[in-house]
Amino acid sequence: MTTIPMVALVGNPNAGKSALFNALTGARQKVGNYPGVTVERKSGRLALDDGRPVELVDLPGTYSLDPQSPDESVTRNVIIGRQEGERIPTALVIVIDASNLDNHLRFALELIALGRPVVIALNMIDMAERDGLTIDPERLSRELGVPVIPTVAVRKRGLAPLIEALSAIVGGSANAGRLDEAAAEESIPDLIALQRRARSIARIATVDEKAVRRWSRMIDSVALHPVFGIVLLLALLFVMFQAVFAWAEAPMGWIEAAQGWLIDLVNGALPDGFLRSLIADGIIAGVGSVVVFLPQILILFFFILLLEASGYMVRAAFLMDRLMAGIGLSGRAFIPLLSSFACAIPGIMATRTIDDPKDRLTTILIAPLMTCSARLPVYAVIIAAFIPARDVGPGIGLQGLVMFVLYLTGVAGAMLAALIFRRTIAKGVSSGFMMELPKYQMPNLRDVAIGLWQRAYVFLRRAGTIIMAVTVVLWLLTSYPQAPEGSGLKQSEYSIAGRIASGLEVIVRPIGFNHEMALAVIPAMAAREVAVAALQTVYAIDAGDDEEAGASALSTRLQSRWTLPMALSFLMWFVFAPQCLSTIAVIRRETNGWKWPLFALGYLFALAYLAAGATFWLATALGL
Amino acid sequence: MRLDELPRGRPGHIAGVDWSSLRPNEARRLRELGFDEGVAIEKLHNAPFGADPIACQVGRMIVAIRRVHAAAVTVDLTSGTSTAS
Repeated sequence: MTTIPMVALVGNPNAGKSALFNALTGARQKVGNYPGVTVERKSGRLALDDGRPVELVDLPGTYSLDPQSPDESVTRNVIIGRQEGERIPTALVIVIDASNLDNHLRFALELIALGRPVVIALNMIDMAERDGLTIDPERLSRELGVPVIPTVAVRKRGLAPLIEALSAIVGGSANAGRLDEAAAEESIPDLIALQRRARSIARIATVDEKAVRRWSRMIDSVALHPVFGIVLLLALLFVMFQAVFAWAEAPMGWIEAAQGWLIDLVNGALPDGFLRSLIADGIIAGVGSVVVFLPQILILFFFILLLEASGYMVRAAFLMDRLMAGIGLSGRAFIPLLSSFACAIPGIMATRTIDDPKDRLTTILIAPLMTCSARLPVYAVIIAAFIPARDVGPGIGLQGLVMFVLYLTGVAGAMLAALIFRRTIAKGVSSGFMMELPKYQMPNLRDVAIGLWQRAYVFLRRAGTIIMAVTVVLWLLTSYPQAPEGSGLKQSEYSIAGRIASGLEVIVRPIGFNHEMALAVIPAMAAREVAVAALQTVYAIDAGDDEEAGASALSTRLQSRWTLPMALSFLMWFVFAPQCLSTIAVIRRETNGWKWPLFALGYLFALAYLAAGATFWLATALGL
Repeated sequence: MRLDELPRGRPGHIAGVDWSSLRPNEARRLRELGFDEGVAIEKLHNAPFGADPIACQVGRMIVAIRRVHAAAVTVDLTSGTSTAS
């Protein structure tokens, strides 16, 4: 156990805390989770002046010590020494935005009142100058009675003096006692009184104030304009989604190529048998089918991080708040839901920015209904086989129209589900929408890169554990027991998965599914697009020696074995069904238990069954 | 004048906030965002779709709130020249 001193970085949201954290610790960061809550714990090493190491922990930004969201209660509990699995900080670095002293000083006063050793980073001093403010750090230090160091975290200015000041207050470990309960309770102060004191100190410390043009307000006059604002938002989203699909194409090809190369390597190195099949067909192919989404996830997060860092994200939430309020959510839910069109996993991860727990839960539960990119291959194959490629209007192809309707069906289902959840399981008055619109800032590419690396790491770690375990199990189920040679029995029916499919067929026959379709939806639980591969395999086996033809003409085979109502039913199933399992695993992680992932599984299966059934019965009745 | 009725671009000061009409967590969040008697305020933007929520300059911050909450805030219009912040 290392017992190096721990220093916590605290401050209001938008004070530039994370930028300061990145500047101080560089890439030497560890991202984990606090036990029992879904709040990220970011920590890094920092060497003091005399070479002593300290652990720097970046606490979630909060406006006061009175907790409202999970993020805020972690911040409070760490500071007062009541966070499970965290020692009490030896000292605090309070980060305040120099251009917004009035508000940030209030929280600083609250923290100083706790009596712990503190140093204040008077951050974004350049922004204050840009706003025409001249602030005297020494005067501020005198008023507050603690050291104040001007910094510009994104330009790495003021770091050395900050570390020097920190070295002076991190003495022995003698002062790292736990605050007692009474002191902690006392620390919930009268906000209004503190606020007024903060304002008077801000007035004293501000030695000069010139009226200047405020860039943020000028940008906002376009970005928040009722018409141009929406046009700009739509344009940004369009570029973002184009990029997710277009830029990812090449790297996804490389990953697939690397995967093929690895499989060839294994096939060449190992004799035919259990081990070779497990490694090549089970692990490499299975994990590869998920890792192939890494480029899309990274591109999506690249845009999300840019929009966050620039200050635009909150504006997008502002523009969309009214529409989201219509289904009982707030503007905050817009971006996570939008991200879910690429993949529900980053979408669900992005719900961490929603403070209201019920808003957040509802958003998590409906995120899988946004049609993710993994459904595209399934849609594409089925539509190509069953929907004639003709125009139904000028420039409107029938195939594209069906695809659009499928997307729309998902959105409509999500809206309906949200409305119902907000009146039942996530009941409660909407927390409303009260947010600070931070000043626009040029995003720092290093901070974005660090954020991307952290997302990639979290995703790959999961691919290496949960997803690998699931794919291995699925592979075992489809490969064993092996059909005796020459018995004429099909592996696809003889294996455990085949037998499960036979059992499943009884349940899904009423909604129009045959044995192959039942079989295809099982591996699709690992990753949706695997359904296509599964169908291909099944029909390839059916084709016997004629494997080449079987593989190349999947759509002809589908046409000969499925009717149109069956195909439509299958599509509907994919709109609603709770696949893939990685999504369920993320829901478990983000809601911290099995209750909600199991609920999501149940309600989505029910919805998928009913929707697919209704489609099948209706289409049959119409004689399609 | 109530904040939700305040026209755009007319700077004023917060005359009072009816804290009792807000739920405790909403009242606290408003206080945290700097709403208090005497603070300079100006409505800057209406959101699309029903002009709700609204964005206001409150002290040095720009804050977005829904109209239903803005109705709890009373504003005194500043006559003559505006004083920023």
